[in-house]
Amino acid sequence: MELNESLKSLWAEFQRQEQSAVSKKLKIRKANKASIVMNITLVSLALLTIYGFFTFDYKGVNILEAVIATITNLKPMFLEPRFNHFGLGKGLYQVVVTLGLTFLTTLIGGTIALFLGLLAAQNLSSKNVSNLIKGFVAFVRAVPTVLWVLIFAVAAGLGSVAAVIGMTFHTVGYLIKAYSESFEELDEGVIEALKASGANWWQIVFQAVIPSSVTYLLSWTFMRFEINYMNAVAMGAAAGAGGIGYELFMASGYYFDLREVGLITYFILAIAIMLEYISIKLKIKVL
Amino acid sequence: MRVEALVKRRKYSLIFFSILLVFTLASIIVTDFDVTKGFTCIPKAIVWSTKNFYPNADSLEKIPKILTKLKETVFLSVASTTVAAAFATFFALFGSHTTRINGFLSILIRGIASLFRNIPVVAWAMILLFSFGQSSLTGYFALFFVTLGFLTRAFMETIDETSKESVEALKAAGASYFQIIFQAVIPSSLPQMISWMLFMIETNIRSATLVGILTGTGIGFIFNLYYKSFQYNAASLVVVFIVITVFAIEFISNYVRRVIL
Repeated sequence: MELNESLKSLWAEFQRQEQSAVSKKLKIRKANKASIVMNITLVSLALLTIYGFFTFDYKGVNILEAVIATITNLKPMFLEPRFNHFGLGKGLYQVVVTLGLTFLTTLIGGTIALFLGLLAAQNLSSKNVSNLIKGFVAFVRAVPTVLWVLIFAVAAGLGSVAAVIGMTFHTVGYLIKAYSESFEELDEGVIEALKASGANWWQIVFQAVIPSSVTYLLSWTFMRFEINYMNAVAMGAAAGAGGIGYELFMASGYYFDLREVGLITYFILAIAIMLEYISIKLKIKVL
Repeated sequence: MRVEALVKRRKYSLIFFSILLVFTLASIIVTDFDVTKGFTCIPKAIVWSTKNFYPNADSLEKIPKILTKLKETVFLSVASTTVAAAFATFFALFGSHTTRINGFLSILIRGIASLFRNIPVVAWAMILLFSFGQSSLTGYFALFFVTLGFLTRAFMETIDETSKESVEALKAAGASYFQIIFQAVIPSSLPQMISWMLFMIETNIRSATLVGILTGTGIGFIFNLYYKSFQYNAASLVVVFIVITVFAIEFISNYVRRVIL
């Protein structure tokens, strides 16, 4: 409350100053609430950044030396990449493992999200159910993926099961939002016409709602596949899910092998760029 | 005609679902995914978390420690986003179709942005770990590079969307390049750009948690510490604080977006 008051007085002060500035210098651009909020946002972000730099835990790292070391590291890393601890066959296999994790996560997440998305769409469900699901989704999305995976790892053990189920949580959260918004775009008249002719809820969903939004659903799902790929790499490194991410973690954290890190990064990058390319093509086709 | 279309649709969905099934089976085999365990672990996890995963009186003593680490993570994501946004504005001006000064430079910037964005934040962290060690800077630069790649693309799209017409009009009226940039392009794309920045801060809090686990910094480190030493009550308190932080940032962002957009 007190904060609110002080903000109000600050806001009034701003307006007064701006008005006097207008009358003095005949400024043409008039300050409004939007530009004041924008300025406050930018200034506070800048101040927080400066303050942040003073509080970071540098652990005695000399920035200049570290930057130079990074640049010298980049040469063997990316110009002389090679495998030391495993061969090309195993490397490709690990990429396939990561893609497998991605696929399972997207498939399970997509299936769950399809049903919950129908219940979250306001034109197909009641307001209370829709709000309940949207609130649950907001909570699921607020917890980082890696924490979901680690929480499930207690019940399932570290490995592909915990990784897939944990990553599925975030996927469901993301896709429910995307799917339900696509469903809500459906013409209200279609649903009413089907209702009037005696169609039940399932018939409306499978004959009208899903067929008309299937292209949107597929392109959203593919976009999530792209995100899940990055997540699967991360879970391999941070939560023992296996795949190329795990090899990256071993090469960097245990073997300190610059060249292998470089080569693994190239593998990860190649797939990521390929996925982005497909996703852009799909977007052009669909939207 | 109707029947034929129906048969065709049937055929397509049959092919689609067969391919899906093959990929699923292949994925289950390569990843060693135990399907029954996959389903049973969810109720098991729920039962476990109601028994163990909640903050208790002992864990409340750890709040000051958690808050210090949380502050570090929040500042890390704000600082990396803000600095990356400053660089991204520059890059986007030279990279976008509307304001570029040189075709080659534009392609180069698009390429670099795509490279930065597509190397996952974990890979950046692992690359930087060699020289920056387990300090906040490893996480800072990892987030910085990915954010730079992402925001450059987002800003380029924003500039192209919002200021194409006004740039053409100003060019016709004989305005100089800098006049066009500062009087038309920046003011008209700024609201959208701030919105992207706020989105990135939110995303970076989550990424910073992940990087923290790998590099031993911030909130990710403290979660991992409690988690690995089986202090689940304290670990759950960390989750609670992360959720509160993300909600608070979301609340502020939504307010700012409502006013400026």
